[in-house]
Amino acid sequence: MSEIERADEAHGQGSTALAKSGSGVPERFENPGLPPHRHRLGDVDPQAAKRAERQVAFMLLLSVLGSIGVIASIVGIEYNGGWDRISTSTRAIGLCMFVSLFMLGVGAVHWAKTLMPDDERIDYRHRQRGTTAEREQAVAILKEGSAEAGLGRRPLIRNTLIGALALFPLPAVFFFRDTGPLPGNSLSETMWEEDTYLVKDPTGGRIRAADLSYGTVVHVMPEGIDELEEPLNEKAKSAVLLMRLDEDLLTPKSAEWGVDGIVAYSKICTHMGCPVALYEQQTHHLLCPCHQSTFDVTQDCKVIFGPANRPLPQLPIRVDAEGYLQASSGFHEAVGPSFWERG
Amino acid sequence: MSTIDKAAGGVGNFADDTVGASKIVNGFARKIFPDHWSFMLGEITLYSFVILLFTGTFLTFFYEPSAAHTVYNGDYAPLAGQGVSEAYASSLRLSFDVRGGLIMRQVHHWAALIFVAATVVHMIRVFFTGAFRKPREINWVIGLVLAILAVFEGFTGYSLPDDLLSGTGIRIAQAIILSVPVVGSYISFFLFGGEFPGEDFIPRFFTIHILLLPAVMLGLIVVHLALVVIHKHTQYPGPGRTEDNVVGFPLFPVYMAKAGGFFFIVFGVIALIAGLVQINPIWAYGPYDPSPVTAGSQPDWYMGWLDGAVRITPGWWEFTLFGFTFSMNIFIPTTVLILFVMTAGALYPWIEQAATGDRREHHLLDRPRNAPTRTGLGVMALTFYVLLWISGGNDVIAHMVGLSINDITRFMRVAVFVLPALAFVVTKRICLGLQRKDREKALHGRETGRIVRLPHGEFIEVHAPLSEAERWVLVQHDSNRPMDVEDRLDAGNPNSLYGKVQRRLSRFYFEDRVEPVTPAELAAAHHGHDTEIESQEHASIEEDGGNAAIATSQKYHG
Repeated sequence: MSEIERADEAHGQGSTALAKSGSGVPERFENPGLPPHRHRLGDVDPQAAKRAERQVAFMLLLSVLGSIGVIASIVGIEYNGGWDRISTSTRAIGLCMFVSLFMLGVGAVHWAKTLMPDDERIDYRHRQRGTTAEREQAVAILKEGSAEAGLGRRPLIRNTLIGALALFPLPAVFFFRDTGPLPGNSLSETMWEEDTYLVKDPTGGRIRAADLSYGTVVHVMPEGIDELEEPLNEKAKSAVLLMRLDEDLLTPKSAEWGVDGIVAYSKICTHMGCPVALYEQQTHHLLCPCHQSTFDVTQDCKVIFGPANRPLPQLPIRVDAEGYLQASSGFHEAVGPSFWERG
Repeated sequence: MSTIDKAAGGVGNFADDTVGASKIVNGFARKIFPDHWSFMLGEITLYSFVILLFTGTFLTFFYEPSAAHTVYNGDYAPLAGQGVSEAYASSLRLSFDVRGGLIMRQVHHWAALIFVAATVVHMIRVFFTGAFRKPREINWVIGLVLAILAVFEGFTGYSLPDDLLSGTGIRIAQAIILSVPVVGSYISFFLFGGEFPGEDFIPRFFTIHILLLPAVMLGLIVVHLALVVIHKHTQYPGPGRTEDNVVGFPLFPVYMAKAGGFFFIVFGVIALIAGLVQINPIWAYGPYDPSPVTAGSQPDWYMGWLDGAVRITPGWWEFTLFGFTFSMNIFIPTTVLILFVMTAGALYPWIEQAATGDRREHHLLDRPRNAPTRTGLGVMALTFYVLLWISGGNDVIAHMVGLSINDITRFMRVAVFVLPALAFVVTKRICLGLQRKDREKALHGRETGRIVRLPHGEFIEVHAPLSEAERWVLVQHDSNRPMDVEDRLDAGNPNSLYGKVQRRLSRFYFEDRVEPVTPAELAAAHHGHDTEIESQEHASIEEDGGNAAIATSQKYHG
């Protein structure tokens, strides 16, 4: 008790320290100290203690059974050959692991709570900050050390040391030079160019304009994409959606870049590059499922809602002599998410 | 001496001779830790990290970190013969062909989700109880860094199976990198080894996920825990607990059993969830291909708030200037938002220190109500976070409740600014109200629920006086006041900019306050009523306090 009072005063509760006011009533309440310890049943009744001991042992025994169960589930349940077996095995292992681990844990905690001493004990704290003497000694040592090193007296060494230390990590950055090529123009270019045929994705095969009915939407890739060394890189840029609408609904530019109401737009969202996969036939809206940017095909794929800023780029298309759709040029602007040099 | 004693003596002797074990035992074995359920939140974080190390190591034995093209020919019929990456094929093999492989994957994934969740809840506890105050400011910052590393660790982890969902996530991450002004394209090309997706990111993410980030996190966790030992654990206020002691139970044996046992409890519960609840069924998503996507794509929960921030930012934030694209519609709600949250969080201990002008060490935790402005700010930040999180599920919510997704998004654009401010005001008022209730209780005792009718017909409720120990919890705290010019030694010079800011801050924090009851107030309160209470107690004309309405409306003390 006296310990605590002293501690309180030493700590000094700021402006509200335990100063006594004139009437003899203290300004603040005093810490009443630890309440008297209340014994558990197990502390006073040997039978209760024995019971707790048996409970702990029972839990630990269950844990043993659980561990055996885990081994039995791994060894005993056939894993290969169908989802049912995998599922049964996973559930059995999970349940047995639970019994094995949880019962071990609960047993240990129960042991601690019922049988280990539960009288509260006290450790004393020490301030992190050193005493004045300690602080002065530290400063003296540092001063003495720096005087011995002579950094103050030898500015030449000090300055070149700072320079050397500042520069030595810099080469590390350059070791990363060959982690990748420079971007160059690759963010702005796709494999679409004049005469590239449109093929269905993923089935393949050129597309005859006459086969597309109104309201259809087709996922399209440039012909020859699967022969590339890294087709995914190109798919991430060149994916196109082909839609057929009533030509009167389209803007003049849109219609001109299309064929009889068939228009091709980049499928890669101008926001963050997700595929703009949802086409609402009735409203002619394209919706990106990642962040819900909505593009209106009848307004040249202008953004009508959501976090994207730019319309989906249109791919100019035409038909060849046999009626197959092909690009009449590449995209006129970079597809996909924005980047600094895009302009 | 029994054989066991002899053996123990031999081991102990050897340990002392070689590493000075006796000093370690003397110094640490009886260290006292205080008991409280909320101190176990950090333990859950630590234990799930350990579980992640165990299960992750197992996964690396079977996982192939390669984007090389292969054909799936395993047991899962729907994907038979399909072209996939080695990473995806090996993840499927691990799930379907390795005994216990699926549960290991699921334990790993669930432990990761719980790890981040426990980290966040632990931080919330630390914030609201003021455990970040001196001398623990640095540990708060370390914890903050650990939290953001945990998010990156989680993201690189769930990207590794190379399935359709994770690939979509990486695509979005790449767009975030591209949106960084000036250097975005370069960082993207260096990280991905060229164009997106390329074949380099899987082995690189793998190294980052299993080596770089875990090593850094482990190092920081060691420092985090070392500082807990050096500072000794904080404790909640109570009788006998002071700024100069720590009241609790010794590490050996009590906490070894309790904390060690709790590790197994956490592990057991995660194993149970992992055994029964499917997580991240990559076979259902299919291999990654940048051109298709599934509707309702959702990232792991801890990425949700950033996804939400991106969803509600209007597109016109992007603009072109001097021939360059400024993708502020992406850059601000991602990179800038993360940096802002991190900076504000890291600076908070010092902001509050400036407001209180208090440089003392604090080892007694605050009850959140006793720091109304801090609690208000914390709830404000949480509200902001939760609203962004909800925004990240705007499509799912629209689908579930049948509302227009556009309306939800428009509402959120306003709500993320208005509701947090409202939450601040309301929380602060609630805290002040609770403090008044504490005062009431300290002055007049606790409501007994016993209703008494006085001879002239008035109903009153009898209040039982508090014990000294009960009262102490309600009156022990300091109430900070707004800083006056000469009020505090360390108040900044009133004429300097810092001094002015400090005083304004101090007013903002402490203008509204409720002082704790003093002994003089208690004495005055009793003086007026003592005789009355006594007489009623003795007359004992009491009835059962069955009528709750009367109990609450007819308070004895107004």
